[in-house]
Amino acid sequence: MTIQNYYEDINIGDNIPTLQKDPTTQQLVKYAGASGDYYQIHYDKSFALSNNLPDVILHGALKNAFLGQLMTDFMGLEGKLKRLTVQYRAMDIPGTPVFAKGNVTKKYVENGENIIECDIRLETHEGEVTTPGSAKISLPSKSL
Amino acid sequence: MSDKKSAITKELKDAIGIESEPVTKEIEKGAIIKFAEAIGDTNPIYSDEEVARNTKFGGIIAPPTFLRSIDGFLGPSTGKAKIESPYSAVVDGGSEWEYFEEVRPGDLITVTKYLSDLQERDGKLGNMLIMINEKKYVNQFNKIVAIQRTTSISYDPK
Repeated sequence: MTIQNYYEDINIGDNIPTLQKDPTTQQLVKYAGASGDYYQIHYDKSFALSNNLPDVILHGALKNAFLGQLMTDFMGLEGKLKRLTVQYRAMDIPGTPVFAKGNVTKKYVENGENIIECDIRLETHEGEVTTPGSAKISLPSKSL
Repeated sequence: MSDKKSAITKELKDAIGIESEPVTKEIEKGAIIKFAEAIGDTNPIYSDEEVARNTKFGGIIAPPTFLRSIDGFLGPSTGKAKIESPYSAVVDGGSEWEYFEEVRPGDLITVTKYLSDLQERDGKLGNMLIMINEKKYVNQFNKIVAIQRTTSISYDPK
């Protein structure tokens, strides 16, 4: 289980604990089945190549899910995900690890909720940011 | 540029803002568990009823991006308006989610979507047509569960 973070303990500039994922072609097939996205660029290599792609590529929405998990792990059961934004700037290929990372950019109280905003990103093992984004969560307070 | 045919047809322009027929899906617990497994998220609130029952949620909930799965593929395909890119190859450009309510097994989620914007750009894949689609997910209590804005990029694979 994840540890519960509290609003008071989080500061601007804090890093969110990195989440490593090791996507494989098998995971892409599983994700195709679970999500209903059967576009062949995610599992049929010759189809992907004929679409000018370097290989089969990760579903954008799977990368979105990785970055969603980065935030739900960070906010814990008492936190709430308010907004999650991702931009697919570059493609990711299965077979090498990817790393979901983030850092805190803002903290403020809004309508009685303790809000934390973060910049988030998915990086390749070579450190290239393929999927930048941002997220807004609320965290519980120690004083309540 | 000016003598080139635009990928933004009149038909596409006319489709902006026209809401699709609503589609309602029942959320199955097994689908949530399979989705969590597929994304590799082992948090028990997505897969273990025993553990999830003892949290504030009182049972299994769906991971944040699960809703994507109840609606199949990228573009608004069920719209009253005909929304079709002249290009056959499509990549997903990005997504913005706003969340309001949790999604639970047994929920009846109604999805409506519409094309909200069109752009055209030349990039490394050649001429690209960029479509911004907005989807609204509403539950059986008539509460908005989530709003998702997706960017789909289509291009000529030749």
